[in-house]
Amino acid sequence: MSKFDLSRRSLLQSSAAGLAVLSTTGLSRLAHAGNLTVGIVYVGPRDDFGWNQAHAVAAASLKDVPGVTVVEEESVPETIAVQKSMESMINLDGAGLIFATSFGYYKPFVLDLAAKYPDVEFRHAAPLWTEADPKNAGSYFGYLDQAHYVDGVAAGLSTKSNKLGFVAAKPIGTVLRNINSFLIGARKVNPDATVQVIFTGEWSMPVREAEAANALVDAGCDVLTCHVDGPKVVIETAENRGIKCCGHNASQAPLAPKGFITGAEYKWATIYKMFANDVAEGQALPNFTGGGFDVDFVQNTPYGAGASEAAIAAADAARADVKAGKPIFTGPINKQDGSVLLSAGQSLDNYEPSLDQTDYLIEGVTGSIT
Amino acid sequence: MNDEAGLATVLLAMFAGAIRVSTPFLFVSLGETLTEKSGRINLGLEGTLVFGAMSGYAISYHTGSPWFGVLVAGLGGTVFGAIHGYLCKLPRVNDIAIGIALMLFGTGIAFFFGKAYIQPQAPRLPSISFGFWAENPSVRQALEINPLFLIGLFLAIFLWWGLKNTRWGLVVRTTGDSAPAALALGIDVDRVRLLSTMAGGFFAGVGGSFLSLYYPGSWTEGLSSGQGLMAVALVIFARWNPLYCFAAALLFGAAGALGPALQSIGISRGYHFFNAAPYIMTLLIMIASVSPKRSLKGAPGELSITK
Amino acid sequence: MAETADFPGLSSSVSGLREWGDRLRRSSEFIVIPVLALFVSGILFSVFLLALGKSPADFFSLVWRGGFGTSFSWQNTLVRSAPLILTALCVAIPARLGLVIIGGEGALVLGGFGAAAIAIPMVPWAPTPVLLGVMALASIVCGGIWIGLVGALRHYRGVNETISSLLLFYIAVSILNFFVEGALRDPSDPNKPSTMPIGRDNMIGMIPGTDVHWGLVVGIVLCVLLYLLMNRTTFGFAARITGGNLRAAQAQGLPVGRLMLVSCAIAGACAGLAGFLEVAAIHGKANASLIAGYGFTGILVSFLARHNPLVIVPVAVFLGGIAASGGLVQRRMDLPDATVLVLQGLIFLVILVSETFYGRLPFYRSKGEIS
Repeated sequence: MSKFDLSRRSLLQSSAAGLAVLSTTGLSRLAHAGNLTVGIVYVGPRDDFGWNQAHAVAAASLKDVPGVTVVEEESVPETIAVQKSMESMINLDGAGLIFATSFGYYKPFVLDLAAKYPDVEFRHAAPLWTEADPKNAGSYFGYLDQAHYVDGVAAGLSTKSNKLGFVAAKPIGTVLRNINSFLIGARKVNPDATVQVIFTGEWSMPVREAEAANALVDAGCDVLTCHVDGPKVVIETAENRGIKCCGHNASQAPLAPKGFITGAEYKWATIYKMFANDVAEGQALPNFTGGGFDVDFVQNTPYGAGASEAAIAAADAARADVKAGKPIFTGPINKQDGSVLLSAGQSLDNYEPSLDQTDYLIEGVTGSIT
Repeated sequence: MNDEAGLATVLLAMFAGAIRVSTPFLFVSLGETLTEKSGRINLGLEGTLVFGAMSGYAISYHTGSPWFGVLVAGLGGTVFGAIHGYLCKLPRVNDIAIGIALMLFGTGIAFFFGKAYIQPQAPRLPSISFGFWAENPSVRQALEINPLFLIGLFLAIFLWWGLKNTRWGLVVRTTGDSAPAALALGIDVDRVRLLSTMAGGFFAGVGGSFLSLYYPGSWTEGLSSGQGLMAVALVIFARWNPLYCFAAALLFGAAGALGPALQSIGISRGYHFFNAAPYIMTLLIMIASVSPKRSLKGAPGELSITK
Repeated sequence: MAETADFPGLSSSVSGLREWGDRLRRSSEFIVIPVLALFVSGILFSVFLLALGKSPADFFSLVWRGGFGTSFSWQNTLVRSAPLILTALCVAIPARLGLVIIGGEGALVLGGFGAAAIAIPMVPWAPTPVLLGVMALASIVCGGIWIGLVGALRHYRGVNETISSLLLFYIAVSILNFFVEGALRDPSDPNKPSTMPIGRDNMIGMIPGTDVHWGLVVGIVLCVLLYLLMNRTTFGFAARITGGNLRAAQAQGLPVGRLMLVSCAIAGACAGLAGFLEVAAIHGKANASLIAGYGFTGILVSFLARHNPLVIVPVAVFLGGIAASGGLVQRRMDLPDATVLVLQGLIFLVILVSETFYGRLPFYRSKGEIS
């Protein structure tokens, strides 16, 4: 039986190390990694104190591998520009492995190039690769909703008004999943908790993020978190208004010395180090690399002054549970429109592929996707 | 939440938003009013604003003094204004095009040197609490007012009065309305325009520093999202009247708060349009208030954009 | 408004060898001055680089290699210049009437959106040429109406076109996002809100032997056509008179309102078509990637080309080349993305300032007539 006969889900459940589908082809250039050029493309500036910086800092581990040259290009929009940038890396720099770190790079750009350059390996930072896609392409991703779930547990025990605020950029699958998990976490310890979400409509729009944070506080929320490219403004606004907050993407603890509870962080370093080892040993990179606490792909920021004893204890316990594979999505859970997502007794595995396709908010979240 | 409480929340948010968000628009549009009154248009103030935001933040971070940051931001803006003012006096050089080039250049320089300041926290400008009397914490918060807002208000009044009633006001207006007439009066047209553009640059730089040093209060490359360009456009909307600039900036700030505020009380269907409220509103007001029959009142006759 | 220079060598009235030599001498000015300007901006930028401890020689050789040095680089450059040609036309045509339109991006966004939206019900049955034809038409109509609206507001309500086009850009973005994240969202792709794809087989292909899609050819053809329209027809003549002096044009009884409306509609149609090409040749669907700043870069292209449609093509290619090489410079010299912005800003400043030297350099100091 070939590995690809397995559905991803069964594979996930059978694999102790999160999920990893090994590429059976390709890597001809990697196999003798005497001289490998690795290209990395970022959608924004590399030092944005957000998504791109998290990747850039972690990817630096590739530079330590002997014989590997890393070339990086930042602020590449999700247009033909990214296709040409990657092609330029291949044609002019001789890149044999490319990391594309923004969602919108995948379809059609990474897929097109993977078909056009079968000798070059492409890895993309989102859970999008399927077995129908070229074998020299692949995905790597940390399931951050696990960390947002733990944030939610801590937030649920930190709120007095039972209203939690969430500043979100766009209503896409990953963002919606994080919001849902945050609420599930909060409700686990505080059944009266609700989450009020405000979409800003842009990945980075500091003024509107600040307005959204203020509006949430004015509406009675006393814990804020967010999913935007640079959470700095939301965290600072929360601190300024004297309420508590949970971070996102990277550690924002120093920005809120009084109210910071904890935060949800990717741990890209684990993944890039893994890749670096594979490259150093001339091994094939997996087509699909993903996971959460179990494989150390995500983490929570060390607790800040805003975390109470009870919140810390509950959050630690919740994290241990998730790490052990206990599902976050356990019924009964209804969608916002009242339809049943999970009835009592049902649950979804934390790596259930349908969660990647989240296009709904659950009951208890106020705010509309459209 | 019942309807009445919801409405109160939205109105309060719009009031607070007007005060919080309007200041950069106010400073840029006041500066541009002065520049345009002298007969030049400087579209480059977007670049000046961004550079002001970066330099103000950087200086505040290094010196620990946000007010010194504001000053340096203003001086940086003055330099950009001087470049614009000087280049545009050369024959055949188009002020709109130079403005666009400076927008690019200013933004580029700010991004280039601003990389190191995205992560650190710089000391921010203080605010004055006018809401000490209020019980409601949201009202108290709304009345936390930054001194720059008040300075902007006084500046608007001063410019409005000064343009009408002082000698330099007359000189600027004459220069803007008819360069030949100004020449005939012995006015050095180029110099007046250079100084007006430099002053406009100073204000725009200060407006930028408000963004990074007070609200939202940190430096990132997405900080402005076109506020400088929009503020230049608001000058036409405000018909070159500093007091109208103040009103327009307030209105624009209030409308910008509408989207998040409505979402915060649970009205979120179609939030994209609420978020675009400032633009929709400005357009509707312009359609309703401007008429082709009336010539643009207050428009400087020399201005390339209204000729 | 900017004076628009006639393209050298194309206007008539050539008689006599001496006159011809004189013309050649003056025409060469349009090559010599920009080249000198490029040279000067290169020197200024070298100073900037030296101050940072980077090698200007490395920099410029990389710019050459990344933008023009290899056949891949050339194609990279041309692909990037294709949308700029069309968005620059959106600025250039109204500029002839003295209108400054800065919201072409909005027409591009709506043109792309309109094309993708009309394709949704047609994809299952329509043959490719019909589908693409209807999509192109939809983008022309959407873009044309959008900037046409700017012209109408200017004429009927006296609303300043610069500000209204900017406002309409923001409104166009909210329309796109509203539908793409809402009613017209492709449910199978939750992570990048987009309309339903038009299908790979329906997409516009490449110019044979290259990696450049046909949009480039569309742009160049339109530039030629619009050059002829603006310079060889009564319409263009009337438009230029209006641009020269609005009141005089009105006094002469020219249909100023109709001229404005039609010019703006043509302009919007060009930008809309750029949106169609983004959808039909690159993305295969409409999404927020349509907002990529082509409309705003087009403003710069048009001003640098002094709103002359024929000059737009080389200027757009030049700009595409800088964009194409920007990545290589970043990768090889470890310079941040903003380097290219600084370089562009500097080049544009110097080129714009160089306009002041026409007719004033010693060699060209005019003995005879100057228009």
